[in-house]
Amino acid sequence: MPTQALDTFAAHLSADRQQAVRANVTRAHDRRTAILFDQLGDPDALRRAAGAIKQHVVENLDTLLPAAEARLQANGVQVHWASTPTEACAAVHGIMTARGATKAVKSKTMVSEEIELNPYLEARGIDVVETDLGEFIVQIDGDHPSHIIAPIVHKNRREIATSFERHGLGDYNDEPEVITRRARAHLRQKYLQADVGITGGNFLSVESGRLVLVTNEGNARFCLAATKCHIAIIGIEKLVPRDRDLGALLNLLARSATGQQITVYTEFVAGPHASGQVDGPEEMHVVLVDNGRTEALASDCREILRCIRCGACMNVCPVYRQASGHAYRSVYPGPVGAVLTPLLAGKQFPAYADLPKASSLCGACNEVCPVDIPIPDLLLRLRDRGKREGAPAAKVGTPPMGAWALLASQPTAWKAALAGGAVINHLPTKLLPIPALQSWTSTRTLPEWRGGHFRKWMKSRPQPQA
Amino acid sequence: MSSSRDQILARVRAALDPLPERAPLPDWDRELVRLRTQAPPTDLWTQFAERLTNVNGTPLTDVAALVALLEANGWTHGYCDPALWPELQPAFPDSITVETAFDRSRVDDYAFGITAVTGAIAETGTLILGDLTTSRRLAALTPWTHVAVVRRAQIHPDIPSAIAAFPDDPNLVWVTGPSKTADVEGILVEGVHGPGCQVALLLG
Repeated sequence: MPTQALDTFAAHLSADRQQAVRANVTRAHDRRTAILFDQLGDPDALRRAAGAIKQHVVENLDTLLPAAEARLQANGVQVHWASTPTEACAAVHGIMTARGATKAVKSKTMVSEEIELNPYLEARGIDVVETDLGEFIVQIDGDHPSHIIAPIVHKNRREIATSFERHGLGDYNDEPEVITRRARAHLRQKYLQADVGITGGNFLSVESGRLVLVTNEGNARFCLAATKCHIAIIGIEKLVPRDRDLGALLNLLARSATGQQITVYTEFVAGPHASGQVDGPEEMHVVLVDNGRTEALASDCREILRCIRCGACMNVCPVYRQASGHAYRSVYPGPVGAVLTPLLAGKQFPAYADLPKASSLCGACNEVCPVDIPIPDLLLRLRDRGKREGAPAAKVGTPPMGAWALLASQPTAWKAALAGGAVINHLPTKLLPIPALQSWTSTRTLPEWRGGHFRKWMKSRPQPQA
Repeated sequence: MSSSRDQILARVRAALDPLPERAPLPDWDRELVRLRTQAPPTDLWTQFAERLTNVNGTPLTDVAALVALLEANGWTHGYCDPALWPELQPAFPDSITVETAFDRSRVDDYAFGITAVTGAIAETGTLILGDLTTSRRLAALTPWTHVAVVRRAQIHPDIPSAIAAFPDDPNLVWVTGPSKTADVEGILVEGVHGPGCQVALLLG
């Protein structure tokens, strides 16, 4: 029987790489659990409250988006809207061209990966440099991030040291501290020479127009201290209604993502720099990106738009731990990616219809989600959609269930099958030419058949005493 | 042809109009983010200092201690906010030279930068920098050591109270310890793009 693309990828993953991913994400998950439950009285109630805040945002985007736009403009921020990746890239390029800008430094933003901003700008002669250490290594390797929080979770220090040597960043040295110092020295010149700083945004408060950026390395801060123009690219779902709601979300984001009480840097940007402040942007732009989000909003999976991109679901997921991020063939891996990727794909949905099946539906992703997204339910809805649309990718690895359905819907046939089922105990099941059974029994032993007695037991069971 | 803005908003409305009702905005309970491990009520600086120490930051309560730290590490040249320098200068020896103007073409010349905060948060050990109070964004960011001058009355107890007291400032940065990364094999390294040594100096 053909296996799913994700299984095939996992089967060919080197032991080294699988070990690196598993060790790192397991550690991140353990830290998350410890800090949430050690520090907070009722973290479950908090994540349900955070989920309710974000669900309110999702279901009220029609009024919140224009309100956010008005607030940003009142703060002196220029607002751009982009339906597609090309429109979003063109907006960024247009802003740069208007300023005669040729050099950009970039803080980590997943939406820019979505719209493939770097190749777009590079093709137009713009020098664009990733500044998050992990993203910088991804860039010099021509690779892709494999985790939304830890982009190079799939790489070990020897690979990184080799990349640095190849890129002219000193002789081979695989000490993490040396690697970090070399990146520090190299990148600070890039910031200081750059014309624009490009960032994403973790939250945007509709009340105040404050854009919230969280980092640990200080790269977003440096982008906004060294350059004269700030371009923030955010998905339309990143809004929060009020500043006070940030109190709930910031208390969850870092704990869920990296097991920290709060990230080292949390920046609230409400516009260009203050008059009197020498450093920082004199011009600020926000690019609001749709790229399939309105389609997700119209679907029965709109809860996925609550996501605050902490990565906790991938850290806990048994499938992600086994397969690693690149197995998902998209910007967003893991459980959230298995839902988001097919939705954002729009007309390309069938190409990703296998991803919702990359789950055992164990429910751990929902349990750890800081905004309580019912990911297993959404996966089931997308499996259903894949089946209804007849997407070939949705069928791969699924045993034919037609015969079973026929049997189970005819009471007489069902009873007869149960009664005769005991015969299977005497058959060499491993040799039966049924592909689904062969695949299942190749790693498991079929338990002894003990069925067919329930109805008899029901009839003669001891009656409860009144 | 209508603009992208109109198209996006039209799609948003089309997606939401069929909903029989919209999720209300919850009035979530502030107690949910109260720390269970809250220390017995000591003063806010004590709690702040403890939290800052937990994230490898360095709380100091007098200028002499700062001078000792700078001398012990050989950090003999740096920047100081011109508004703070008169208050600090008497305690500084001649062996440490200080500029009160920051030259961005020589960022690596400054071993330390001293600037004022606009606030602090006790429960997280966080320093709050703002455009109106930080004399230069780069001076608080590029030197290996950043010294943030804090006044006792500026310390908020927790995150919600710091948010409620947001000053009218276009750029606020909450700083919680030294810059760090764990991108390489999950191993913690401090001093990535920002300070590797974060000092909070309590004055007045």
